[in-house]
Amino acid sequence: MLGKLTWAAVPLDQPIPLVAGCVAFGLVGGIVVYVVLKGWAPYLWREWITSVDHKHIGVMYIFLAMVMLLRGFTDAIMMRSQQALAFQAPGYLPPEHYNQIFSAHGTLMILFVGMPFMIGLINIIVPLQLGVRDVAFPTLNSVSFWLTATGALLINLSLVIGEFARTGWLPYPPLSELAYSPGVGVDYYLWSLQISGVGTLLTGVNFVTTILKIRAPGMTYMRMPIFCWTALASSLLIIAVFPVLTATLAMLLLDRYLGFHFFTNEAGGNPMMFMNLIWVWGHPEVYILILPAFGVFSEVVSTLSGKPLFGYRSMVAATMAICILSQMVWLHHFFTMGAGADVNAFFGIATMIIAVPTGVKVYNWLFTMYGGRIRYAQPMMWSIGFMVTFVIGGMTGVLLAVPPADFVVHNSLFLVAHFHNVIIGGVLFGAFAGYTFWFPKAFGFRLEESLGRAAFWCWFFGFYLAFMPLYVLGLMGMTRRMQHYDVPAWHPWLLVAAAGVVVILAGIGLQIAQLVVSIRHREQLRDTTGDPWNGRSLEWSTASPPPAFNFAVEPRIEEGDAYWETKQRAIRQQVLADEPVYTDIDLPRNSATGFVCAFFATFLGFALIWHIWWLAAASFLGAYATFVAFAWRDRTEVRVPAEEVARIDRENRSARRVALAQLGAAE
Amino acid sequence: MSIVQDVALGDDLIGVGRRSLAGRPRFEHAQRSIASKRIIAAFGFWIFLISDIIMFSAFFAAYAVLSGETAGGPSGKDVFSFTRVALETAALLLSSFACGVASIGARARSDAMYYGGMAVTALLGAAFLLLELSEFYGLIAQGAGPTRSAFLSSFFALVGCHGLHVTLGLLWLLTMMAQVFAKGYRSDIMRRILCFALFWHTLDIIWVGIFTVVYLMGLAI
Repeated sequence: MLGKLTWAAVPLDQPIPLVAGCVAFGLVGGIVVYVVLKGWAPYLWREWITSVDHKHIGVMYIFLAMVMLLRGFTDAIMMRSQQALAFQAPGYLPPEHYNQIFSAHGTLMILFVGMPFMIGLINIIVPLQLGVRDVAFPTLNSVSFWLTATGALLINLSLVIGEFARTGWLPYPPLSELAYSPGVGVDYYLWSLQISGVGTLLTGVNFVTTILKIRAPGMTYMRMPIFCWTALASSLLIIAVFPVLTATLAMLLLDRYLGFHFFTNEAGGNPMMFMNLIWVWGHPEVYILILPAFGVFSEVVSTLSGKPLFGYRSMVAATMAICILSQMVWLHHFFTMGAGADVNAFFGIATMIIAVPTGVKVYNWLFTMYGGRIRYAQPMMWSIGFMVTFVIGGMTGVLLAVPPADFVVHNSLFLVAHFHNVIIGGVLFGAFAGYTFWFPKAFGFRLEESLGRAAFWCWFFGFYLAFMPLYVLGLMGMTRRMQHYDVPAWHPWLLVAAAGVVVILAGIGLQIAQLVVSIRHREQLRDTTGDPWNGRSLEWSTASPPPAFNFAVEPRIEEGDAYWETKQRAIRQQVLADEPVYTDIDLPRNSATGFVCAFFATFLGFALIWHIWWLAAASFLGAYATFVAFAWRDRTEVRVPAEEVARIDRENRSARRVALAQLGAAE
Repeated sequence: MSIVQDVALGDDLIGVGRRSLAGRPRFEHAQRSIASKRIIAAFGFWIFLISDIIMFSAFFAAYAVLSGETAGGPSGKDVFSFTRVALETAALLLSSFACGVASIGARARSDAMYYGGMAVTALLGAAFLLLELSEFYGLIAQGAGPTRSAFLSSFFALVGCHGLHVTLGLLWLLTMMAQVFAKGYRSDIMRRILCFALFWHTLDIIWVGIFTVVYLMGLAI
């Protein structure tokens, strides 16, 4: 009846995950009860859970990413403290638990922090920058989000029911095969990634279609903001490589569930094929994360330097070059496999070539700042912190791309330091730059400045403190994923790294404090005009937060930096453009399809993990029925009458008129 | 006002060739500010199909790597039957033709052509699936199931993945017949019929790959 699921699945003998899981789920349950008692449930259901508005979906993505960041960071604290304590001692984490922690940390941080954060920013901003009212497939967008949330939920469920994979964030066979990992840990990993992977793939389809087919009149490719270009490159990569992930994980599932021999050691199976296939996805995956971050930095640096972006066309070319080159370097993750000198040389050189377009980007940002009026606001600080940090990570990356050097530091902490250097310094700093830059657009008030600066400095120095020692340790020969060790020379460096994590923790604490303080003081921090940074692209031409229809009338674009020239004209002439003729606007109707579908997908995943076949069949039928019900509905749109559009737009116009008058009086 | 009206109707007046069925000239893309819903849906679905083809390419790659790894078990030459594959191919290609007839029937609002075409598509698709299942059943019965060797694992996975697509396609097909029956040829349903047809034809393209790489090359070597 319940497959493999018994009471033994609850780890009563392991207090740490059990208590942590109970606290986490108790907290979530408490919040749900509080929300219901306060009577907020209908509002949440109407405005968020069933919303197909890209801005709301984007906010939910980022919320998910931040919650998962806390979970993934907790794992990081545990690993660093374990290694600080486990010098000639067992530490406090038994090996099987320690292995689950580093596996969960990597999986969560890449797939449920980095991905949702970037996809969230893309969701909120890209349709606004393109001057359109929504994405190509709004309901599909909601489905994508909720499937991602399902994946995250399943991984966290493994805390209290069963266990998580002990294989590392990529489940290399033969260790991940049934013979060596008989538990449900790898199954949790596989099914949560399969389900969230479908969501990610649909997001990729949605944004490629949106960017290529739905743009405001006059928004030609060469007038699109760089963030849209990077979102396009990222979405193209999703379409190109996520299907490979799905296929690869499906093969491992077939091995585990039905006794196939794709990656086993027996009957002709080939474990090295797994390394090839998984990295065909895995390497482009890191570019899926970093390219939108590059887009964020381009927008931030240009806006806060008060200049158009230097070398726009070279930036576009560099983005698309990285998009293609990133798919040709996967083998550098396993130079030591023994593919031979010529193969290794090809992939080593291909890897180094990627440094060229990336270098072009760094110089473009520097030249954008050169001669500009730079405002050192929070997003700019994250951007400059990125440029300094990322260049170091890039250089160690080029070093690792040299096969003989890679043989020396392969699988050492040098590698761990390198990819944290580019992912924290690149992706996470980019996420925070975007978060602080576009927060006023999404919510209508700014984030408090001084706490944000303090958070930045904690993150910045905490990062160096935590990861520079790992470079040294790697060169000293310490391999990754060690639960304990006996080398005295390593110990002080690991203590420094642990101290670094404490400083980062302070940074995260300050970010939470910043959010709380900003919400409490939102009236003082209010962004009345919708253009708090003196922005250049179309998202700043509408109110903050934008109305459901984004733009009262469809914008017409005549040049790059689409909003800048309109604004300069208004400032020169001291009048806003004439009031447009308002018309009725049709918007897609809310739909619970995504939420209900994810509800069934959660049960489907859980049933498959625990071999509860009747529940799996019932959940699949439920998900199918949900889609049929969606396809059967007769009304798909709601109409916002012209008077309502006019009322909302006139409010924003009067705020901008006041701002314009103040500007005129100041001059 | 009349232009706005026509653009709004544009989704319903799905053109065959250069002119719409209503005899009015089609609106060029540039004239509209944003592409029509039909173009957006079909374009997005094409992108999805490309991703599906990429997923199959991973299974093809695994098959190419493992096709020689028979672990002392049977090879392709020992287990493939040319007659059955020819019949499977004929059923699938003819079903694509029937699917094309159904699409034209839907555009022409001809119930006989639409339902008839869809029913023939479904029957031929089901015949294909039966042939495939009998092949799988026969292989497993003679001890050449997917657990026997890496070659057979990759064979069952690749061909089975295609068969799974055909199965889901049949489910979709029946749903589309029911939907037209219940709601008529509404513009959103016409878009779904278009997507379904693209999906069904794509399965043909993939089958041509399987036919060549798995069966023809397997029987030739």
